[in-house]
Amino acid sequence: MLGTTLILALREIRRHLLRSFLTILGIVIGVAAVVTMVTLGNGATAAVKEQISSLGSNILMVRPGQGFGRGGGSGEAPPPFVMADLDAIRDQIGGVKAVAGQAQATAVAVRNAQNWSTSINGTTNDYFVAQNWTLASGRLFSAAEESAGKAVCVIGNTIVANLFQGVDPIGQRFRVKDISCEVIGVLATRGQGGFGNDQDDVVVMPIKTVQRRFTGNRDIRAIMVAVDDGYDTASVQASLESLLRERRHLTPGTPANFNVLDTKQISDAVSGSTKVLTGLLGAVAAVSLIVGGIGIMNIMLVSVTERTREIGIRLAIGALGHEVLLQFLVEAVALACLGGVIGIIIAFVATISLAPVLGVPFVFDPAINIVAFVFSALIGVVFGYFPARRAAALNPIEALRHE
Amino acid sequence: MAEPIIRLDRITKTFGSGPTAFQALKGVDLTVERGDFVAVMGASGSGKSTTMNILGCLDVPTSGRFWFRDVRVESLDRDQRALLRRRYLGFVFQGFNLLARTSALENVELPLLYRGEDKQARHAIAMAALDQVGLAPWAGHSPAELSGGQQQRVAIARAIVTSPDVLLADEPTGNLDSERSIEIMELLTELNVKRGITVIMVTHEPEMADFAHTIVHFKDGLVERIDQRHVAGSGVPA
Repeated sequence: MLGTTLILALREIRRHLLRSFLTILGIVIGVAAVVTMVTLGNGATAAVKEQISSLGSNILMVRPGQGFGRGGGSGEAPPPFVMADLDAIRDQIGGVKAVAGQAQATAVAVRNAQNWSTSINGTTNDYFVAQNWTLASGRLFSAAEESAGKAVCVIGNTIVANLFQGVDPIGQRFRVKDISCEVIGVLATRGQGGFGNDQDDVVVMPIKTVQRRFTGNRDIRAIMVAVDDGYDTASVQASLESLLRERRHLTPGTPANFNVLDTKQISDAVSGSTKVLTGLLGAVAAVSLIVGGIGIMNIMLVSVTERTREIGIRLAIGALGHEVLLQFLVEAVALACLGGVIGIIIAFVATISLAPVLGVPFVFDPAINIVAFVFSALIGVVFGYFPARRAAALNPIEALRHE
Repeated sequence: MAEPIIRLDRITKTFGSGPTAFQALKGVDLTVERGDFVAVMGASGSGKSTTMNILGCLDVPTSGRFWFRDVRVESLDRDQRALLRRRYLGFVFQGFNLLARTSALENVELPLLYRGEDKQARHAIAMAALDQVGLAPWAGHSPAELSGGQQQRVAIARAIVTSPDVLLADEPTGNLDSERSIEIMELLTELNVKRGITVIMVTHEPEMADFAHTIVHFKDGLVERIDQRHVAGSGVPA
């Protein structure tokens, strides 16, 4: 009986193709919006998590200033770090695997009339250790290169793709700002970062080179501290904070003019805000699903009125009340499910094509698709029941007389 | 063979209540024998349509007793009456009442759907019914593509597709010209004679009533007179 009812319902939908399509448009848009939002949101969260975990699970980021995302703080700029800070951390804190200072700049890299604007990261070999970043080819900086601030560099794959097409870059030279720089290594490909940034678009040089030739000072803008496995990140963070307070001459009670964050905190902060955003967008989209359901109810009520005679015929022929109810209910649910399926397909296409544009990986989540489908079916049941009951309760004699 | 299939005993029907109440049937007694061909005549408001609705198990009498195949219909609920209609009754209406934008075949299949026949059986039985009314070649056409006479034939095919005991026809020729009307009446006669289906038909036209064996005249909510006729080749022996 249910199979037959389904056939009848599909036949009815086919008979009013345009109207059926317009009816389910609300559901289509609602489902597509919910699934797209949640999928992209999940993708963004996953990307952030992956980027953070690619940093390593036990990394502490130290920056001048009062806190992550809280801007410069009060008036005067907080003092940067200096080389001696790095040595102090290395010598005085236990459980530290690597300490890498960073000095950053942006510059245009030029080779054979090809330009590429990129970021210059001045650091030490410890940076690669802390980041777990291996070389695809070539070598790291030698001690001499690091201490002398030689014009050598390790480049990311994006630089290779843009400046060294078809050439082995190792041993080649190219110009960055006004210095000629020799490529000694190429980094393994990392891909897109969690903020949509291209992690491979980087030129890494010894920190002294960057300080001397690019920033023009001895400032260190960030310190990356990798904690050895087996050591508690929190306790290392605490001793790191007290050491830096001492070195920066902060009396007890004064707020720190630097901040230490471990990767988990960063990850939580970023993915937390992404989740809130995803939830909000999802909720807005869910409202449109409800509106879509009301649209279905509206059309089903119109349909019941319009087909009063047909219902009369069915009842006269011997259809039972619950069979007529089931027919209209199944029709509403079939419409809603159809809307759900179309919405899911649209969302799939949309997320696949939007993900690269937004710099978010595509993460297919079966759960949200199933939830969206079940939800649209439920909307069909809820909003289809009232019109269906009205159809089933019609008096066959009056229904047959209906014009 | 003179076995009654329908018996009405002092059937009354009152619409509304209180001072505005209207008594449409004031005590109708009527017996229809199996295999009979009955024409129901009477002015509008005489109670013939109300009687047809009750005979068709679409409506229940206010009082009185109604036997259909030894079942007391007046005490049945809505769904039980629907099952009676499904199994034993076929309906033909003045306005054909076919589903629009639905092929003749699908229209005829409709009652079989509710009987739960599978697709192949549905198709075969419906085609046989269409063949019986001479419309097999038009199976795929929608009502809009058929003439009035053809539409009424499809409606008759739909009514007989379940092999009902009784065919209730409410002015089946009311929307047709005289030539088509005669054809429809000949078809009803054929079904009555060949398949032994009891036909009860409401009509205004005496020429159509002439096809019947029994003519029941209604007046003011009562059966005024019953004429027994003897038609050559009729299904009921005199």
